[in-house]
Amino acid sequence: MSKNKLSTNKVPSALAIGVARGGLEVKQFMRQRESVVFTLAFPIMLLAIFGSVFTNELTDGVTFSQYFVAGMIASGLVNTGFQQLAIMIPVERDFGTLKRLRGTPMPASSYFIGKSIVVFVTMVIQVALLLIAGVLFFGVNLPTDPAKWFTFTWLIILGSAASTALGIAFSVIPKSGRGASAVVSPVVIILQFFSGVFFVFTDLPGWMQQFAALFPLKWMTQGMRSVFLPDSFAAQEVAGSWETGRTFWIILAWLIAGLVISIKTFKWEQER
Amino acid sequence: MSSVINVRGLEKSYGANKAVAGIDLTIEPGEIFALLGPNGAGKTTTVEILEGFRDRDRGDVSVLGTDPGVKGEQARKWRNRIGIVLQSTNDAGDLSVYETVAHFAKYYSNPRAVDEVINAVGLTDKSAELIRTLSGGQRRRLDVALGIIGSPELLFLDEPTTGFDPEARRAFWALIEDLRKSGATILLTTHYLDEAEALADRVAVINQGKIIEVSTPALLGGRATSLATVSWNGPNGLQSERTDNPTALIRKLTETYKDEIPELTVKRASLEDIYLEMIGGAGVEE
Repeated sequence: MSKNKLSTNKVPSALAIGVARGGLEVKQFMRQRESVVFTLAFPIMLLAIFGSVFTNELTDGVTFSQYFVAGMIASGLVNTGFQQLAIMIPVERDFGTLKRLRGTPMPASSYFIGKSIVVFVTMVIQVALLLIAGVLFFGVNLPTDPAKWFTFTWLIILGSAASTALGIAFSVIPKSGRGASAVVSPVVIILQFFSGVFFVFTDLPGWMQQFAALFPLKWMTQGMRSVFLPDSFAAQEVAGSWETGRTFWIILAWLIAGLVISIKTFKWEQER
Repeated sequence: MSSVINVRGLEKSYGANKAVAGIDLTIEPGEIFALLGPNGAGKTTTVEILEGFRDRDRGDVSVLGTDPGVKGEQARKWRNRIGIVLQSTNDAGDLSVYETVAHFAKYYSNPRAVDEVINAVGLTDKSAELIRTLSGGQRRRLDVALGIIGSPELLFLDEPTTGFDPEARRAFWALIEDLRKSGATILLTTHYLDEAEALADRVAVINQGKIIEVSTPALLGGRATSLATVSWNGPNGLQSERTDNPTALIRKLTETYKDEIPELTVKRASLEDIYLEMIGGAGVEE
């Protein structure tokens, strides 16, 4: 006891603990075989299915697979971040994992940092596998312009951060871990349909487009199309352009909103 | 030396239900202190307020000189000095025992050596095994390992041996005795009276949100001076007599029987008898 009194009692920084948590969460994720297969292989399966069903070209040189791969990467951001966390955090709450953590010097911010890391890492692996499969089997063309890769990089970073923050924010809504999937999955699926992941966005009814424009997934898919489709295709977007600047600001706004809500409402325990 | 826990006039209500109705409590350094009480007596609420998990309505609370309601960086410094072993945590268990303990060690400024802690809780053989392969008792030992990894000055133990077989409980008690030697103060809540008797220096009985008595296990409820029951097999079959002076009665019996008194037993009230009497039948499980 005297030992503790004499030492300076410098608690490790929130960032150091957060990075340690990130490593731990990645390790845990990799050991859950079902979720690894689901998260990493499912987008490739969808690409295979849609790529086989829709073999037509949308315009000259733009196959549906090319269009679809942009949507799949964008919805991967929503799946690995928002969906995964909004389902997993209530489970961790039910199991008492969160209450145990609360009893330690680990701050909530470290927990959030850990989650962002695992989402980012799984996202990078998922995208890499999807692109490899797309190029090898489905005739997907990768961009050659460095500016497009720059857009791609910030979209992945900003998108997975926003998706993580919104997943943590949404995790207060499911009342139990068991019911979480039923609350969260419909939200994601509806957003995917409305945001032009499975269909060409401009083919959707106007009200659906306007509704989708309120949420980040629409902007993530549009951003990814600006990376994977030729610039000539921009004329076919709603605004007649890629709206890259607007995309950045809207996703950033959602990130900030997600962070604020997470910090204000995060629950370590389900109230009885 | 100042007290580790100091509580004055603690109150907490949930709606109209007064869960804690004015509790005073002082726990000294190095003590193992047991909190006993039926379900719904206010035990869990009291402990959770002390652990900083719950707000209070009224009263002064000091734990290691700090108000458990502190926030931010102060809260982290305070949590750095305490350990909490909660009731049943049920993680997915995809990490090994060693990985988990080593990870939690990173949360604290002054952690104990990981191998030493795993050894102290008797899990050295299981160190490399995934948590999901552990038995209930082994998981509980891991819970304790995570509670003590930060070298806490104060350890909260909530129902530590619920669901244990008798052998595992004995082994667990030995572990707690070892912790006592390391100088940590321990606040134990338990349903098992024999556990409190085996481990605690002092016990408090809490009922209907109030502490009825604080004493040593041996003296609780006037146990030491309570009537003893002397039984033996006499000419008319089994006989028993309640007396405050069993020695005198036995002396008389030795004159009658000269040799062995058949089937002689002297029984004092057990801690459980005293406890059930104190809570007046409120011990019915909810």
